Amino acid sequence: MSDATLAVPLRLNGLGKPGQRIDVLIVSVICVLGLLWGISATALAHDLGMRVIAAIFTIAFAGGLFAISFAGSKGNLAIDEAVYLDGVIKAGVIAASFWGIVGMLVGVIIASQLAFPDFLYFKEFGFLNFGRLRPIHTSGVIFAFGGNVLIATSFYVVQRTSRARLFGGLLGSFVFWGYNLVIVTAATGYILGVTSGQEYAEPNWVVDIWLTIVWVAYLVVFLGTLWKRKEPHIYVANWFYLAFIVTIAILHLVNNLAVPTSPWSSKAYSLFSGVQNAMTQWWYGHNAVGFFLTAGFLGIMYYFVPKRAERPVYSYQLSIIHFWALIFTYMWAGPHHLHYTALPQWVQTLGMTFSIILWMPSWGGMINGLMTLSGAWDKLRTDPVLRMLVASIAFYGMSTFEGPAMSIRAVNSLSHYTDWTIGHVHSGALGWVGMVSFGALYCLTPWLWKRKRLYSEKLVEAHFWLSTIGILFYITSMWVSGIMQGLMWRAYNEFGFLQYSFVESVKAMKPYYIIRATGGLMFMAGACVMAYNLWRTAKGDVAASEPITEAQEA
Amino acid sequence: MSKREIDDHSGVETTGHEWDGIKELNHPLPKWWLYILYGSIIWSFGYWVAYPAWPTLNSYTHGILKNSDRARVTTEVAALKSARAPMFAKMQATPIEQVKSNEELFQFAQEAGKSTFNDNCATCHGAGGQGNKGFPSLVDDVWIWDGTYEGIRQTINFGIRSGHDQARISAMPAFGRDGMLDAGQAGDVTEYVMSLSKMADANAGKAARGAAVYAANCVVCHGATGAGDAAQGAPNLTDAEWLYGGSRADIAAQIHNGRGGVMPAWSAKLDAETVTALTVYVHSLGGGK
Ligand code: HEC
Ligand code: HEC
Ligand code: HEM
Ligand code: HEM
Repeated sequence: MSDATLAVPLRLNGLGKPGQRIDVLIVSVICVLGLLWGISATALAHDLGMRVIAAIFTIAFAGGLFAISFAGSKGNLAIDEAVYLDGVIKAGVIAASFWGIVGMLVGVIIASQLAFPDFLYFKEFGFLNFGRLRPIHTSGVIFAFGGNVLIATSFYVVQRTSRARLFGGLLGSFVFWGYNLVIVTAATGYILGVTSGQEYAEPNWVVDIWLTIVWVAYLVVFLGTLWKRKEPHIYVANWFYLAFIVTIAILHLVNNLAVPTSPWSSKAYSLFSGVQNAMTQWWYGHNAVGFFLTAGFLGIMYYFVPKRAERPVYSYQLSIIHFWALIFTYMWAGPHHLHYTALPQWVQTLGMTFSIILWMPSWGGMINGLMTLSGAWDKLRTDPVLRMLVASIAFYGMSTFEGPAMSIRAVNSLSHYTDWTIGHVHSGALGWVGMVSFGALYCLTPWLWKRKRLYSEKLVEAHFWLSTIGILFYITSMWVSGIMQGLMWRAYNEFGFLQYSFVESVKAMKPYYIIRATGGLMFMAGACVMAYNLWRTAKGDVAASEPITEAQEA
Repeated sequence: MSKREIDDHSGVETTGHEWDGIKELNHPLPKWWLYILYGSIIWSFGYWVAYPAWPTLNSYTHGILKNSDRARVTTEVAALKSARAPMFAKMQATPIEQVKSNEELFQFAQEAGKSTFNDNCATCHGAGGQGNKGFPSLVDDVWIWDGTYEGIRQTINFGIRSGHDQARISAMPAFGRDGMLDAGQAGDVTEYVMSLSKMADANAGKAARGAAVYAANCVVCHGATGAGDAAQGAPNLTDAEWLYGGSRADIAAQIHNGRGGVMPAWSAKLDAETVTALTVYVHSLGGGK
């Protein structure tokens, strides 16, 4: 379907002649400086966390320098502008599958710990506690799994829809490896108890700085590729990717402003305090949902759905209007995470109304995705990958309806702090983010490894059902337990005293936590089935029971 | 490549662009979509007029409904308090021993006590007061300290070894850790304590030697017969109720370490009438004196 060779050969881009390549120079300088810092920090670190993180950085930068000189000596650094850069995308597909399973496994573990509190409790291994594992789960699934999916698909999509090789030569690989270094160092920190204490922004200040460098490189690579595009217009998927990259950069910088206690200590104090800190965190947190988990994945949808369905996108007008409406409105909605707190009421009101306004801009994406299938609905019967993509759009629609409903203060007074929020999170995270990513990975693997078809569509079918049923278990149990918690907490008896204690509400959750863990286990099993299927596909195998059909020959 | 064409299926024109085989149709915005979008914006304007919404130079727009969360919480809490007040007043005016015989008052005290207990005390004493290792059961009629109404009230108000200057205090020495008894003596007295509560597996020989150790070291607090002393919070060693567990290892550990459990003081956190209700509740759980 897609060909790695560009239809039109391109001129060499402006990076200079081989041998005096500015990209190689930049990456090498970063590695050398990083190596020097890493060695000093390993030696001088004030705490174990910093020492281990610095040591990992040292090894990584040394490895990077070695890889560059090795590839250089073999002549592998040459840029062939006539072909797309696909190696790093393949690496991204592998990394995404790996981190996805790790993150979900940790999700299943913490879900089991909520049902059975002493599951995996060992006095000697504090890091196996819920508190340490929870950020490993959230960062693992959002940043490690989701992030690698986004980097891989954005690199793929921007090259194809610009008909240009990825800009920046070595920078593409730098982004991929640098980003995964962020993940490893952040997770190591969590295990050792190093955390900034801000949800979804737990990595410590050193890792934050490193992520900033990587992210700037990502922006340069993406913009550069758009800049040298051979198409007159920029495809809508790229607007969404670009919005995601730019906004995450701003959010990351502002939210993580902090002063380290010493250059060699892992501890840093946020520049903000009190309610300003809370508001900054949720301005960040909500836009992380809006731009990482929504805009980025809408980019995926806008490329992979029309491509897979072989139908034109439903409405160009709608894509423009809902894009700008989404970007504008998301920025204001953060306060709905802080209803009935010390945050002034007027800020809450604004957050709530903008969340309601956000409903239709969100659904614009859903309409465009679903209606793109009109004329191709029959394909849903035969193509389980397309079904995966469509289910993800349906879940997207569901969670972006539920979200505005929960942002209404009266509703939130019931749902806040309860499992209802957790259910909402996972209908978005498993249903939308998870399934759209699976769909994209199923498309990418045969395209990248030049295979005619997937190893097995039956396995995709199995994956589809495992995840769908898993999600249903997850979110229905959380709705029930969330609403039950909310009602129990606010129940007064006839004498005017609270009817239930908090502990009683915890006890009442147990059956639902078991159902949730079961659903999560199914979802994770599905991801394992996918990983197996992708691996066999990459190897070039085709399941004996599923011969190649003419349709796939085409 | 900019060629507009009509899509066969929908009859709608494309924009004429194409990227990697992807084209775009130009369907108009769905009407219902647009109407709901406008509706949500209009609704928001209405909401801003009615409720606190936009910042001004040094304040904010209060909205024509003059709605205020803070004001509402204050009134709701006040309303709840005044609804409870008459019963609390009646309870405070009644001598605590007589609350039980007034059905209406007793039920009220039970509800208030249970609600407070489960949110403040259950973490240590268990949801029904059944106790945990190191945290005494409150559902039996065995009392380490004074189990009368006033005794319980005092325990709750000031705590045990809580640091409050009216707290109940006493400290069993760490006989083993501080080297007051050698290993042999400690082993012997352990067997003797076991024999006090008629445990079948107590070693009679050692217990006999332990009796002397006990007489020399333990009698001041636990009493000659081992019946304990509520004034010093020294538990009765002859019954089958144990604070720190009744196995040989548990008993040996207590003799070695002495421990000294801490029960927080509540007088600064709970008001006097709530403590009365709590006292009635705790007293009724197992069997107050
Ligand atoms: C932090 C744990 C903790 C909490 C919370 C706690 N207690 Fe206690 N409580 C203890 C411990 C430990 C003891 C026994 C201390 C000792 O004598 O060794 C105790 C003893 C008592 C006793 C005396 C028992 C006896 O046999 O004489 C009473 C009564 C009591 N608690 C009531 C309460 C009530 C009512 C509350 C809630 C307002 C409460 N406790 C909260 C730890 C706690
Ligand atoms: C200064 C007074 C004091 C002396 C002396 C003393 N104890 Fe204690 N003992 C206590 C107190 C108070 C406790 C309550 C538990 C605590 O430490 O929280 C206790 C608890 C115990 C317990 C645990 C009871 C349970 O229910 O789990 C044992 C067993 C015990 N003592 C044995 C001894 C023996 C044996 C000696 C002599 C070697 C001794 N004690 C000497 C005050 C004393
Ligand atoms: C295998 C499937 C999964 C299971 C079993 C699972 C389980 C859990 C559990 C138990 C929690 C903690 C809830 C609590 O504190 O009460 C949690 C939180 C969270 N998970 Fe998952 N999860 C899974 C997959 C995912 C995926 C794929 C994503 C994102 C793409 C995700 C995103 C999150 C987020 C954002 C939170 C934090 C929610 C909050 O703080 O409100 N999870 N998950
Ligand atoms: C129109 C779109 C949406 C709106 C208005 C919205 C609104 C909300 C609201 C009101 C909460 C609860 C806050 C609280 O009570 O604490 C919430 C939580 C959350 N939502 Fe959404 N939501 C939307 C879409 C999504 C989507 C698509 C995802 C995921 C892909 C998502 C992920 C989350 C997460 C992770 C949280 C939990 C944050 C936390 O407490 O840690 N949301 N959202």
